[in-house]
Parts: sequence; structure tokens; C-alpha cells
Amino acid sequence: MRIIISLFAAFFMASAANAGTLEDVKKRGVLNCIVNTGLPGFSYTDKTGRWKGFDADMCRSLAAAVVGDGEKVKFIPATGKTRFTLLNSKEGDVIFRNTTWTFVRDVDVKLTFLPTTYYDGQGFIIRKSKGVKSAKELDGATVCIQTGTTTELNLADFFRANKISYKPVPIESNEEARKNYLADRCDTYTTDASGLAATRATFDKPGDHMILPEIISKEPLGPVVRHGDDQWADIVRWTVYALIAAEQHGITAGNVDKMAMDKSNPNVSRMLGSEGNLGGMLGLDKEWAKRVIKAQGNYAEIFERNVGLKTPVGLSRGLNALYTKGGLQYSPPFR
Amino acid sequence: MTPGKEEKTLAVTEGGGYLPGTHPDLPPPSSVHGPIHWIRVNLFGSVTDTALTLLAVYFLYSAITFLAGWMFINAAFTGESRNDCRAVADGACWAFIGNRLSLFIYGFYPEPERWRVDLSFVLLILAIVPVLYEDMPQRGKGLAYSCLYPLIAAWLLVGGFGLEKVSTDQFGGLMLNVVIGVTGIAFSLPIGIVLALGRQSQLPIVRILCVSFIEIIRGVPLITLLFVAAVMLSYFVPPGTDFDLLVRMLIMVTLFASGYMAEVIRGGLQAIPNGQYEAADAMGLKYWQSMRLVVLPQALKISIPGIVNTFIALYKDTTLVIVIGRLDILGIGNSSLADTKWQGLSTEVYIFVALFFFFSCFSMSRYSLWLEKKLHTGH
Repeated sequence: MRIIISLFAAFFMASAANAGTLEDVKKRGVLNCIVNTGLPGFSYTDKTGRWKGFDADMCRSLAAAVVGDGEKVKFIPATGKTRFTLLNSKEGDVIFRNTTWTFVRDVDVKLTFLPTTYYDGQGFIIRKSKGVKSAKELDGATVCIQTGTTTELNLADFFRANKISYKPVPIESNEEARKNYLADRCDTYTTDASGLAATRATFDKPGDHMILPEIISKEPLGPVVRHGDDQWADIVRWTVYALIAAEQHGITAGNVDKMAMDKSNPNVSRMLGSEGNLGGMLGLDKEWAKRVIKAQGNYAEIFERNVGLKTPVGLSRGLNALYTKGGLQYSPPFR
Repeated sequence: MTPGKEEKTLAVTEGGGYLPGTHPDLPPPSSVHGPIHWIRVNLFGSVTDTALTLLAVYFLYSAITFLAGWMFINAAFTGESRNDCRAVADGACWAFIGNRLSLFIYGFYPEPERWRVDLSFVLLILAIVPVLYEDMPQRGKGLAYSCLYPLIAAWLLVGGFGLEKVSTDQFGGLMLNVVIGVTGIAFSLPIGIVLALGRQSQLPIVRILCVSFIEIIRGVPLITLLFVAAVMLSYFVPPGTDFDLLVRMLIMVTLFASGYMAEVIRGGLQAIPNGQYEAADAMGLKYWQSMRLVVLPQALKISIPGIVNTFIALYKDTTLVIVIGRLDILGIGNSSLADTKWQGLSTEVYIFVALFFFFSCFSMSRYSLWLEKKLHTGH
């Protein structure tokens, strides 16, 4: 009987213990970060089994803030179907896995979405020889489309709104889409524009293919945490903002120590902890933001290293430029 | 009779000919015998046959030249990226597999500790031998070692007691497939036998328990059970206790395979004529004795194809670990393919993974054939 009671107690404690992710992570000394099983530029393994990419680096930045060491991350690769389950079962503390922020996921699935780290949108890739210049000319086209994603629904909406028809070729993964598209089994392939760019980079003749100008959907991709742990959500939120603010103030991994000493800019001083104690309010220490920037660099550094124009993925900043440069990346003030 | 002996008995005339009736038997003319005859009759027997033969030769030729060209002749075996491969040859890029081989085998297992994985592989082979070969000398001692092996392997792989601890979430690649597959295979057979016997039991409670267990397990897809292992179980253990995810996974895979195994063995049990049960009873054997000495040896022999079938299915199901966030050999392939240096080489990865699974499963199936022949004592 006592066993049963303690089991019940354990059950309810487990359900009640929705708060306290910060304590769990600190106690564990490792951040459990859910990433994609493989998305070029965003999350992949290198020769030694080290996780790399835009999302993996963001995990390391967060670990630097919370645990104090950017290498103290356990990466949990997840598919589109398993990511939320792994988060809710507490296998993971946070999702950095190109997850689109939508109303239903936010409100109905009860997740907490944090600032968008990558503004994406759905596009089309097509052979230049087909002579199509706009997505609106795709009437009657066969379209390779990943099933069970938001892109599938966006595609239907777009063609219905423009009163044109298409034949879907349902496929499971990006790699399969690439093969089908190259074998000309579909006229065009549609997914997030970042994915199209990364895929095109691997074609033998990338110049023969073009990404059509229309971006038919909004895909704000960012970190996700469990609903109901506001302190933890704040930590993830302000870690992302620290990366963006660092870019704005010109703080990089290289000069962050010097910037912390220099007290000429009060905004920078507050953020880096040389003035006030913003970190303490988060439940962290004063130097949390300094460690974040030191771990993987600021937002621009992470972007350029993983998906920027000099990488094979070759994405320009576009919507992901700072608001001062015509983009959408904007950090509220650190004060 | 040796040819030399025959020569002595031959009577040869002066002109070099043979006396009547002493001419040795000649082989039949090549037009009615031998490979040429066989080819003519079977491959070019009629116009249709000839056409079909030529067509098949043409297809075989083009398939083989294409495959050989792609896989070997035009393939690149060294290089540090896909572009390196393409610069040398436009066939397969095996450099990718070579580049990632240690990742494919060991997953994220820490590099200085990988000898432990190697050692447990070697010990595994040593542990399998006494199980597979009945005629082995000192088989009793060998079997005792085989029973101890899971403990030894667990100690080697996870560590503790003098070895550095390695968290199970660093398991990955081929090693993870083997760990899950071997555990499932080793434990599902005994559990399956008990369940099958329980299902035929005359005690209602035992029977009902076994029947409901088997039916529930078989009524649910494995992937669902794995989700339960990953998600639900954490609600039933006290918060803070870290019930290892891989262990949960191993339990679920084993239970799943046991459910199927029980039904396969039940099929074998039902094929044993009642006379055998009665004969065992008549000899005064108790229940377990009669099962062990009379019924099960016959029932298991009949069930071998089904048992191996279940093993093979289980082994291939190990790729489902991706649902709990672990990368097996296939998952490692996918995460490596996302490296922009190597992107677009999925065919190579799939062929490599397919070869690994084919090799494992084919050996199992050959062994089962050999065993069936060996145990074939029927009429």
C-alpha cells in the first residue's frame, strides 16, 4: 500500500513539477537541447560526431548562459513528429529545431514560443529551362511536397487563392525530394527557402535552377520551451536577445572582454554585467551574457559561419538583418 | 575402378583397333550432353526462348556494367568532400562512408573508450559460438559464459567499477543497432517460451495474463510502445530518478518481440501430436520435465523458421530508435548527409546501411537453414 501511495505521490509531483527547468539544468550540469536529425546549415554532425550548425550553436550559447560552459550540451535529434513529445516528456529542455511558430502550436498545443531566430518563408525551385518566371505561372505543374508539414497546407492555399491547379508528388524527406526533383519526376519542389538554397547548393549544376521570387508563407523559426515555466522561458528569450543586441552594439566573441571593461556605453555595460545585476534577476549570474557571446559569437557571427553567403548554403541576411538594416531582428532594451 | 586397371583388361589388335565387344565406353557426343547441350536446350530451344535469352543477357549486361561502373570503376574512394569525389570520378563517392566510418560504427561513444566497444563485439562472438554449435568441446562452460555475457557487456559499455562511465545517450550507430538487436533476441526467446506455455496453461489466471499480454503487445505498433517508453514511463517513476531511456527502450523492444515469439512457439507446440504429451505423462515426467525433455525440443525445432523470422524483423526494427532521439546507423547517415560538404550522397549511405543489415540478416537466415537440416530427424 505504501508503495502505491508513494507512486501516486510521485505521479502528482511529476505533474506539478512543471516549473524549475533552470534548477534541473543547473543540477544536471548539462543542457538537453532538441535539434533536427539533419538539416544543412542548421544542424548536422561532422566527422567526429560533433553537432554543428546554426541551431546547434544557439544551443551552445544557451548552455554557456545557464551551465557556464558552451560545450555542456546533450543534443537530442528529433524528427518533426517527435520534437514536441520529447520536449513535453522532459527529455529535452528546449527545442532549437527550425520550428514554425503558429497559432495552434502556441495556443492549443500549449508550447511557449520564444523570439524568432530565423525568419523563413516557403518558396519554389524550378529548372530555368522550364521558362517559368513566377509561381503564378505554375498552372498544372507537378509539385514535390513533404507530407505532414505546414508547407503542404500553404501550397494548397496558394494554388487555391490563385485559382490554378497542381499535381502533388508526396515525399517524406528533403533528400528524397532532391532525388525526385533532379530525376524530373516533379517540375518544382517547394519547402522553406533556406532549405531550397541549401539543397540547390548540392546540385551538380546549381546555375540551371532558380528559386522563384514568390515567398508564399511566413515561417518564423525559433526556440520552443514547455508552457508554464516563465523563468526558463525568460532565460531562453533573453539569451536570443543578447545575441541580437550584441550584433547591434558590435560585441563579438573576440572583443567581448574588452567591451565589458569599457564603460562608455551604459547599454553594453548593463548587458555584460559590469553595471547592475540583470543576470541575477534571471536567476543566473552577472556575466551570463558575456559567456553567451563568448561561446559562439553574436547573432551575425553564428549566421555567417553556418548559413551565410560564404558558406555552401549561401543565404543572405534578408529578413534576418537587424532592424537598423531593413530586417526584422530587434532586441528590446537591456535595462 | 581406376582407369589404369581398366587399360590392362583391354585387348588391343595389332592395327590399333579394338576386338569386337572390347571397345571402351565413349562419352556421349557433346550435342546431347554437357554444357553446350544444356545451353542449346534450355536457353535457345525455340525462337521465344532465344529472344528471351538475348533480352535477359542484354539487361544483365547493362545492369552489371552500370552497377560495376558506378560502384567500383568510376567510384571515388578518397577525398574530404563531395566535390573532391566529383573531381575524380562521377560514380559513387565511397570516401564519404570512409570519412564517417567511425561515426557509423560507434556513434558518439567517446573516442579513447572505443576499445571497450570493440572488446564487447569480440566477446559477443565468443558468447554466440557455444549457443550455436552443439558439438563444441566444453560446451557447458561456454554456455555459462554466454549467460554471463550480458552483464559483462553492460559493464564494458556503460562503465563503472573501475571503468570510466559512458552515458547511454552517447551510444549510436551500428553499435546501437547491435546492442538493441542482441538484447531483444537474447531475452525475447525465453520470455516468449514462457508466454507460449502460459497461454496453454490449465490455470485460468496464468492463461488470462499471458493471453492479454500477448494480445496487447501484438495489437500495438512498436513505434507506439517506444513512445510510451519515452513519454509515459517518466510519469511513473519518482521525479529525479533517472530511469535510463535506453533501458526503457530495450525493455519495450524485448517485450514486443516476446509477444510475437510466444505466438510462433505456440504454433510449434500445437503441431506436436497429443500422443507426445501423453507419452511424456505416461513415463511419469512432471510438467517441466515433459516440456523440457519431450515437447519443447520438438516444438522449437518446428518453429525455427518462424523464430528466425521474428529475430530478423526485430533486428531491422532497431532503426526506430530515432523516435526517442537516438541515432542508429541510419540516423547517423541522415545527420551526416546534412553536412554541406557531403550533401546529396544518400544513395551511398542507403547502400552501406542496406549491406550491413543484409549481412546480419542473411547470416541469421543461413544459420537457421543449417540448424534445420541438422535437426531434421523426421521421416
